[in-house]
Amino acid sequence: MTEILSFNNVSFSYTPDNPELRNAVQDVSFSINEGEWIAIVGHNGSGKSTMVKLVCGLLFPQDGEVRVMRNVLTEENLWEVRSNIGMVFQNPDNQFVGATVQDDVAFALENSGVPYTEMVDRVHSSLAQVKMDKFLNHEPHHLSGGQKQRVAIAGALAMRPKLLILDEATSMLDPQGRDEVLKTVRALREEIGLTVLSITHDVEEALFADRVLFMNNGQKYAEGTPSEIFSLGDKLVEFGLELPFAMRMTKLFKDNGVLLEGQHMSEEELVNDLWTSNFNK
Amino acid sequence: MMEKMIFGRYIPGESFVHRLDPRSKLIFVFAFILVVFLANNIVTYALLLAFTLLVILMSRIRLYFLINGLKPIIILLVFTFFIHILFTREGDILLDLGFLKVYEEGLRQGIFISVRFLVLVFMTSILTLTTSPISITDGIEVLLNPLKKIKLPVHELALMMSIALRFIPTLMDETDKIMKAQMARGSDLSAGPLKERIKAVVPLLVPLFVSAFKRAEDLATAMEVRGYRGGEGRTRYRQLKWDWRDTLCLVVFVIMTALLVFYRN
Repeated sequence: MTEILSFNNVSFSYTPDNPELRNAVQDVSFSINEGEWIAIVGHNGSGKSTMVKLVCGLLFPQDGEVRVMRNVLTEENLWEVRSNIGMVFQNPDNQFVGATVQDDVAFALENSGVPYTEMVDRVHSSLAQVKMDKFLNHEPHHLSGGQKQRVAIAGALAMRPKLLILDEATSMLDPQGRDEVLKTVRALREEIGLTVLSITHDVEEALFADRVLFMNNGQKYAEGTPSEIFSLGDKLVEFGLELPFAMRMTKLFKDNGVLLEGQHMSEEELVNDLWTSNFNK
Repeated sequence: MMEKMIFGRYIPGESFVHRLDPRSKLIFVFAFILVVFLANNIVTYALLLAFTLLVILMSRIRLYFLINGLKPIIILLVFTFFIHILFTREGDILLDLGFLKVYEEGLRQGIFISVRFLVLVFMTSILTLTTSPISITDGIEVLLNPLKKIKLPVHELALMMSIALRFIPTLMDETDKIMKAQMARGSDLSAGPLKERIKAVVPLLVPLFVSAFKRAEDLATAMEVRGYRGGEGRTRYRQLKWDWRDTLCLVVFVIMTALLVFYRN
């Protein structure tokens, strides 16, 4: 498997002159292989956003190294690295540069000097991939939040990125918009095998990931599959994260004397276990 | 009130004027503004007026809509007309009311200046009504391109303009939201003496500025991550096409100028 991104003992502090304050990111290591979906979860101030900034070279670590496509990220290869990474930010309005949908998708292409005819091709095909091809000439204020985020994804896709980063991309959306965006990302993964890194404090979103990184106070607290991470249970709650809805239900059922087996990640699992639980008696 | 104002508004359409290249429209309007001052007698002013009406007809924008939208300007127009009638004292007396004498030259000057004003306002309005702000920006960028030689940051200026235009509706929504939030807390923006009302605007502007700066910072990050490095080596997604219509438009303009020069005193 090809490695797309790795952190090797990365530390970063916003106040390097003041060693008493703790580092924003402290000695973090992990790697992402091609085609994986990794979610980084953690409460506010756990260092998630700093990690994103380290990946796309907005910040450079004081210790350790960030490797993108096996090359150490430096000032020199910064722009090349950025052209391999697509990012979707939190606020749908604040990342919409173009006057219309198609202008915005073309923005990154214009920046890297793609010729006109190829640009038109790529804009249309990437908008079709996120099912926004009927909105070519729409202006941003006539789109919903979910639609704007899908346009942002199309803008990233147009660059044919190796890695798509969702930096709390669903946190400002209504439930419908959130579903829209997540469905789009899942479909893209099946279609083109996109590698995804999603930063989130929405645990339901983290359930889609292959692996979850749980950050606390700038350190990697745990890493594993979603079921491994969420089986930490109370530990997560202690660090300010909510458990997925189905798991919270399971806990309440157990507290009230209903016999249930193991953990339930999704509502479906829980329902299946509930209606068969009587047979186990 | 905002709905009636047509300054800077764009009405999408498919007319001849709509389909012209923004470059030719911009050149045309700016040259027209200069050429208007060539007119100095009845024939030349009539020619300008007729030409303007022709352009309005071709843009398929209803004259009623145009006049209705330009009402504030028309009040100004009537005002200048009367100033000329009252204060120019040359030529024969046409009307003598004792306290008020209307001179021939006054009437003539009043009409001429009004027509000049009207023609200018109509022409510039037609430009903004038939060209989307983003095309105007594109046109300006291309036309100003030669000024890059004297180190004028043309690309940056055009990008600034297009981002400003793109954020107008966003910030309008935001203002509306803040206004409602402040009203919900009992601030009254519409009543009271002027001093109080100006004071009530402050709690509206401060949050608006704070959020605008926050947006600007986010946008800068997003642009940087998407590989924005200034105008160097950039290609353009919006292509401008100069076709026969644009050439025709400029040829007509030259003919009109020639007629003006020929008929003026």
